[in-house]
Amino acid sequence: MDPIIKLENFRRTYRNGSLEVQAVRGVSLNIFPGEFVAIMGASGSGKSTMMNTIGCLDRPTEGLYLLDGVDIGKLNRDELADLRNRKLGFVFQGFNLLSRTSALENVELPMLYSRPPISAGEQRARAMKALEMVGLAQRADHKPNQLSGGQQQRVAIARALVNQPRVLLADEPTGNLDSRTSVEVMGVFQSLNDQGITVVMVTHELDIASFSKRKVVMRDGLVRSDDQVVDRSFSADALARLDAEQKAVHLA
Amino acid sequence: MLAIIRTALRAIRRNILRSFLTMLGIIVGISAVIVGVSMGAGARAEVEKQIASMGNNLVIIFSGNMSRGGVRGGFGMSGTLTERDYESLRRDVPGVTGVSPEVRTTVQVAAGNQNTSVSVTGVSADYIDIRAFKFQAGENFTQLDVQTANKVCLIGKTTAATLFGEGVNPVGEVIRMKNVPFTILGWLASKGANAFGSDQDDVILMPYTSAMKRLSGDTKFRSFSLQVASPEVLPDATNEIASVLRQMHQITDGKEEDFSIRTQQEMSEFATASNRVMTILISAFAGISLVVGGIGIMNIMLVSVTERTREIGIRLAVGARARDVLRQFLLEAVLLSAVGGLLGIACGYWLAPLLTKFAGFPTLISQSSVILAFTVSAIIGVVFGFFPALKAANLDPIEALRYE
Ligand SMILES: Nc1ncnc2c1ncn2[C@@H]1O[C@H](COP(=O)(O)OP(=O)(O)O)[C@@H](O)[C@H]1O
Ligand SMILES: [Mg+2]
Repeated sequence: MDPIIKLENFRRTYRNGSLEVQAVRGVSLNIFPGEFVAIMGASGSGKSTMMNTIGCLDRPTEGLYLLDGVDIGKLNRDELADLRNRKLGFVFQGFNLLSRTSALENVELPMLYSRPPISAGEQRARAMKALEMVGLAQRADHKPNQLSGGQQQRVAIARALVNQPRVLLADEPTGNLDSRTSVEVMGVFQSLNDQGITVVMVTHELDIASFSKRKVVMRDGLVRSDDQVVDRSFSADALARLDAEQKAVHLA
Repeated sequence: MLAIIRTALRAIRRNILRSFLTMLGIIVGISAVIVGVSMGAGARAEVEKQIASMGNNLVIIFSGNMSRGGVRGGFGMSGTLTERDYESLRRDVPGVTGVSPEVRTTVQVAAGNQNTSVSVTGVSADYIDIRAFKFQAGENFTQLDVQTANKVCLIGKTTAATLFGEGVNPVGEVIRMKNVPFTILGWLASKGANAFGSDQDDVILMPYTSAMKRLSGDTKFRSFSLQVASPEVLPDATNEIASVLRQMHQITDGKEEDFSIRTQQEMSEFATASNRVMTILISAFAGISLVVGGIGIMNIMLVSVTERTREIGIRLAVGARARDVLRQFLLEAVLLSAVGGLLGIACGYWLAPLLTKFAGFPTLISQSSVILAFTVSAIIGVVFGFFPALKAANLDPIEALRYE
């Protein structure tokens, strides 16, 4: 099987005038369809830089990036936008929903830019289905400021899913969430991954990474280790354990 | 597309006060366009009506040379035009359907215990037809009255009202000028003011022979009014008139003429030229406020792009292409200016009649001026919205997403 994401000696250097920052200094990485990868590392180790390129928001300074066999370095701005629209779904740390816009319309957003165009009725139906998948169908007409952080992140996940992407990319998706909601979001990721969607997630929390199948650790712009997760957590178990702990606190 | 319009409308509604203030420049500019154009059109329609009230296919021959700076070189004085000129114009110019000499004198006129000062014009019997006068009552004098310098006259509505009272039929009454009693044969229907503002109803017309012999003592005419059969024969007739008069006045080639020929068209052009100046002034004002309005739109769009940097980042991340973002912001700018344009048009519709009512300016709002105004406002949106939209479209998605 061919990798869906293939980085070869990937480098990204930021230039600000005479100042040069080598954020990623040569990473080779293959991610295959169906994987659930957590990218870990200290702050400034180049995780986001790598995710930006994987997400086709950026291009390598040097080296090669193939997404589903397509060389990203050779594409122009519009072609990258098209790839993001069709093949990728993004989930951000800060949710990045449009404020004063309903959950449903937020989820419809990627379909506004789909080609061939999607009819308004179908957009609505698909957005509703995506909201159902994250368990928020009954909140479809709520605005982001009427939703909790976990709910907002689930709207963002629904938006990322709505165009049926090959890969779901998440940069610190639980960074703004409490531990219980984080576990719930991991549950959503695990079930999507079970349905065959490749998930790549940046996190610096070890227990969040343990929900993934593979752990890539970065330091100073290089990959330090790349291992299968041995003692994998599952959200159902983790939630049950959290409930039990809470009960114990209440009893005490 | 519908979704883009919805987004744009929402963005405008979100800052409704700010949007309205932004539109103000456009609203003022577009209402100035509407009012200005309507004033121009109204004035033109008025002038055309007035020119038409002078008669059809009219040629006026003045004594004296008006093209030579000094208009008064003979104009208005005893004149250079003679009875013999009159005869030959009638006889020798083809296509002429009527000729009338004109002598003018201002006299005191009395009827009963009323008296007033009035401009008396001595004319031939053709004059009534040439100048498109109609009778409210009574009838024209005859060729015989001209030959005998009969003591008869025709009276305008204003003069009659002064002497006999509003609406009283003066036909058959006798009025005295320089102690000569004249019988009123006809009461002229109203013509209103002429293109130069004087009241065409404050007149007494009489046979030119009567005016010259009994009132002014003039022996020459100050002008001729002449009517030709159709506009087509006008140029030929004008040339023929000139050559006849040059011959009569023994003016050799290269010498200056002692008369001037004006056609109705020329007078109409002169009258419109003067209100063209006003139209230009208003257009300049409209242009300036439209540019100011456009800059206002550009400014507010730049603010909007900055405020919504993160939104733009999100849109780019989920697959919006540069042109999608460009289109969105361009549409928003066009919507702003077009709504401003519509409000401006509404304002213009409201202002123009007020201007007529309170300042007396004739106004006429044409459909084409409304279409023009709307198109201009939309174009302003495109022109001034383009730079901010381009700025939005060229944002880097990563930086836009990171923007606080
Ligand atoms: N736009 C940029 N311009 C210059 N330097 C940058 C830019 N983005 C990131 N960097 C630098 O690159 C390095 C890696 O950053 P980043 O990929 O954000 O790390 P992480 O996500 O692992 O915290 C850091 O030293 C950071 O300061
Ligand atoms: Mg980061």
